[in-house]
Amino acid sequence: MVTIRFFAQLRDVVGTDSLQFAADDLEQVYAHLRRTLGSETYTQLRAENVRVAVNQDIVSANHRLLGGDEVAFLPPVTGG
Amino acid sequence: MDSRVVIQQQDFSVAQIYDDMRSASGSDAGAIVTFVGLVRDRNAIAGDGSAVSTLTLEHYPGMTEKSIASIVDEAQQRWPVPWVKVVHRVGELQPSEQIVLVMVGSAHRDAAFAAAEFIMDYLKTKAVLWKRELSDAGEVWLESTAQDATRAENWQQN
Repeated sequence: MVTIRFFAQLRDVVGTDSLQFAADDLEQVYAHLRRTLGSETYTQLRAENVRVAVNQDIVSANHRLLGGDEVAFLPPVTGG
Repeated sequence: MDSRVVIQQQDFSVAQIYDDMRSASGSDAGAIVTFVGLVRDRNAIAGDGSAVSTLTLEHYPGMTEKSIASIVDEAQQRWPVPWVKVVHRVGELQPSEQIVLVMVGSAHRDAAFAAAEFIMDYLKTKAVLWKRELSDAGEVWLESTAQDATRAENWQQN
């Protein structure tokens, strides 16, 4: 099982802050989310300005996942 | 735990952090620059001036600290600033409350001023934090502005 986390406006869009399911890599995560959340929500998760982190490191390509890994969808950030 | 970066809900005391930095730096620091950001009561949505009632800051525990620590690392590689403290609040804040502190100690003021400004500019665009503003006009997630982006980019050229 991996944990998927959604922050800020993406949590509002998905309607929950986390999901758990089995996946061996990011592509499987994307496929699962597209199937369960619908293509409209999925499109927002995969928008150009949304970054994906695996265990708190930003990744750009597909990425292998192990049980217990955490995948996070991060909308544009701003602090200060 | 990286003591240079603190994320907390509760307010902070500038005097306490300043005293701590003075103790830590001894007589080696010739300058300490302090910046404090406050919550404004003016709405960001289209600059229509609606009154803001609450600013909510959300973070990703662990990753937020790491993102700010890497900003501080970069500042400390660029300038001789041995003493840096960043305190960023999260949760619900009201207008006029303190939201962020950046304190930089150095032998000389030039480096301290520059590093403090650099850290603030990068916090705006690179720190893993999200802000939701509640005002008369409704609720909106904020994004960094084009001006924030320009200020951060300018540091890459200098």
